[in-house]
Amino acid sequence: MAPNMPPQPPLQHSTTAVADGQSHGHTAPPKGILRWLLTTNHKEIGSLYLIFSLTMFFIGGIFALVVRAELFQPGLQLVEPEFFNQMTTMHGLIMVFAAVMPAFTGLANWMIPLQIGAPDMALPRLNNFSFWLLPVAFTLLLSTLFMPGGGPNFGWTFYAPLSTTYAPPSTTFFILALHIAGISSILGAINIIATILNMRAPGMRLMDMPLFVWTWLITAFLLIAVMPVLAGVITMMLMDINFGTSFFDAAGGGDPVLFQHLFWFFGHPEVYIMILPAFGIVSAIIPTFARKPLFGYASMVYATAAIALLSFLVWAHHMFVVGLPLVAELFFMYSTMLIAVPTGVKVFNWVTTLFRGSISFESPMLFALAFVVLFTIGGFSGLMLAIAPADFQYHDTYFVVAHFHYVLVPGAIFAIMAGVYYWLPKWTGHYPNERLAQWHFWFSIIGVNLTFFPMHFAGLAGMPRRIPDYALQFADFNLLSSIGAFFFGASQLLFVLVVILCVRGGKKAPAKAWEGAVDLEWTVPSPAPLHTFETPPVFHRTSH
Amino acid sequence: MRSRWRWLMAISLAASGAQAQANGWNMPVGVTDVSSDIYGLHMTIFWICVVIGVVVFGAMFYSLFRYRHSKGAKAAHFHEHTSVEVLWTAIPILILVGMAVPATATLKNMYDSSDAELDVMITGQQWRWRYEYLGEDVAFTSNMSTPRTQISGEEARGEHYLLEVDEPLVLPINRKVRFLMTSDDVIHSWWVPDLAVKQDTIPGFINENWVKINEPGIYRGQCAELCGIDHGFMPVVVHAVEEEEFENWLADRKEAAEQEAMGVDREWEMDELVERGESVYQSICSSCHQAEGQGAPPAFPALANNEQLISDVDWHLDKVINGVSGAAMPAFRSTLNPVELAAVVTYSRNAWGNDTGDVVQPSEVAELIAQ
Repeated sequence: MAPNMPPQPPLQHSTTAVADGQSHGHTAPPKGILRWLLTTNHKEIGSLYLIFSLTMFFIGGIFALVVRAELFQPGLQLVEPEFFNQMTTMHGLIMVFAAVMPAFTGLANWMIPLQIGAPDMALPRLNNFSFWLLPVAFTLLLSTLFMPGGGPNFGWTFYAPLSTTYAPPSTTFFILALHIAGISSILGAINIIATILNMRAPGMRLMDMPLFVWTWLITAFLLIAVMPVLAGVITMMLMDINFGTSFFDAAGGGDPVLFQHLFWFFGHPEVYIMILPAFGIVSAIIPTFARKPLFGYASMVYATAAIALLSFLVWAHHMFVVGLPLVAELFFMYSTMLIAVPTGVKVFNWVTTLFRGSISFESPMLFALAFVVLFTIGGFSGLMLAIAPADFQYHDTYFVVAHFHYVLVPGAIFAIMAGVYYWLPKWTGHYPNERLAQWHFWFSIIGVNLTFFPMHFAGLAGMPRRIPDYALQFADFNLLSSIGAFFFGASQLLFVLVVILCVRGGKKAPAKAWEGAVDLEWTVPSPAPLHTFETPPVFHRTSH
Repeated sequence: MRSRWRWLMAISLAASGAQAQANGWNMPVGVTDVSSDIYGLHMTIFWICVVIGVVVFGAMFYSLFRYRHSKGAKAAHFHEHTSVEVLWTAIPILILVGMAVPATATLKNMYDSSDAELDVMITGQQWRWRYEYLGEDVAFTSNMSTPRTQISGEEARGEHYLLEVDEPLVLPINRKVRFLMTSDDVIHSWWVPDLAVKQDTIPGFINENWVKINEPGIYRGQCAELCGIDHGFMPVVVHAVEEEEFENWLADRKEAAEQEAMGVDREWEMDELVERGESVYQSICSSCHQAEGQGAPPAFPALANNEQLISDVDWHLDKVINGVSGAAMPAFRSTLNPVELAAVVTYSRNAWGNDTGDVVQPSEVAELIAQ
């Protein structure tokens, strides 16, 4: 990406945005529910996204706990396999599309305008529309659980023909729900790109932007590139189910493997969509609490871009056992291994940022440090999975489940929680209750490792994923995982408590809530007023 | 080429020890050359990751401990260092190349299914495996034999709970056996950890894999790709035997198959058919239509007191032989032989209160299939 590109935020745009912001100030906002339905304010929409995401995190979490309760011991005790399959599927879909992705979009809404000195998002009405599509999409998706034949039961990866010829009748609604969620993501991404490219404070070059902004810019391009592919593949399913085509039906000359190529061409970049913004959050928090500038800012940006580009070239590593030709296996093995290089650069940069810093351990920092360690462990198992011959043993086992939960739970979700604790003083004007937040941290770290670490062993010992009952040699690992899952789930109630307490009161936070914080959001008062940067700030190039 | 890397794997094998095997918390070394190569790769990469982890996390925790704000640490202000950054980009690339070379060799070997001495066709079906010894006229289906009462907890669970079948796949040791793998319905994945064979079986595709087993024994695995309700109840059992024993077994199966084929032409008594039909029903049909024919509507209709079934024998035969398109009911024309088809239809027309008194002869079924 061009480091010396003259940015020159077009003055015209800034003034339009300012004028837009002011017009809100002059007309009294509608009261009650209408205020939230009609809001075009980036902070209010950001809060809506975050509240929605947290709600869905608990719904998806309850589904996971149904799964873990059934797997607590061998045998079928609580649910039938049919419902078990709906729970694993819905857990995955809700966590990916309704919890993690909207949480990052919520953080982007709140923080990107504040971090680049913009008065709002570039397209405020579109912003409102992107958000309100989500409750529609996921109400529709969740309603399939109550339809005859039940909800989606074919895994969040919905491989054809299990998801077409053999799927329950509600699958058409599932497709519609994903379409709506996809449109929301694409519109959100367009808005973020438009905001970042057009509305930076005068003097802020691309290479001056905080890394959260950078990682989101790259993520937004990934979203625009791959969400249409997802839309395409689910439309093909829709045709196969309802209009007699045979894209994925071998009996009609179709190709079930084509489904997987298309799905993973979306699915692998999707994995990075869920982790790149996390890199950005951690890259803001670690320097703040080490009181030392981020090491290797430029290489962080290049590494993020490299990971994003590589993410388009590795999709078939999810398909090492479908019978790809040898040459394809080798290509996808090498390209996947290569991702370790830019990812390693990031980890080394974070560690070097800590080196010779002046480090304190407030709750955002604890979550960020746990992210670095546990995400790296997820990266190690990812490297092992990249080795195609070994993947013949790992594939579709609990080893894979352990791997992706390590990168998604103590990876993406810990980073989101770190970000929430980091920015809560800016949002509410109060510090979160540090004591409770630390309890939340230690409970979470114990819960997450107790849940997911034994899954490595279960997988290596031969336990396939997505089974409602298992052979007796896997009993101990499953017992531990189930205990850990309930412990982790319960400790997330602490998180809700901390957030609610923080909204209602607490120690007052100054504009610059953290001693080592440097970005533009810390120049506006805490809590941030509804409208900020109506006059663009002058950006001084000291932060990086 | 591969032997050059054997020393590396040997070190890993030694370092990890057999302890992990006994406890069942690591990948099995297995009983083929490929499986032990894979195990070696797995342990090599595991130890590389451990070393990297110790270095990185060591540096991290040293910094966290040494440069605490609470101990008055003053922050330095450096924020880049080109040569260090180049170094930690270059070194990982070298390590990766070191990993890729043995992995490539192993993968090439795994893909070489040439010169096989025996071909076995493996077909995935919801929710059983069908094995066909190509060119030998021997074929059978393999169903989970764990009783449902053990799953529900009414009965104590056995040692091989969920990993036992009515008829295992029998293979000779020391012979290269090629697998040709496909599916009749959704995607399944045939996996036996000790053989390091995991391959998706995909409708419309024939995948290849191979195995050369070094030690006789019973090796257990299961379906690894979500394939519907009974995905968790689709085990694989391989019985690896000495070559001579295999030849004898194969000869016995051939003879039994010939006898069965002759049985098509003779007239069968109702009792014989019902008895045979009950065992076919319990191993093939009961996973969906349930042990007492009560079904699990709406997906799996009841057979007991099913008006259409009772009144129309031709309809009943058609559904069993040809399946129901667009629904979960598969076509059993090639899975079951005419005797089994006739028996199971006769049984379900005379069980659970369906007292039709109908007898369907194997010869009638054979004629229907031929049409």
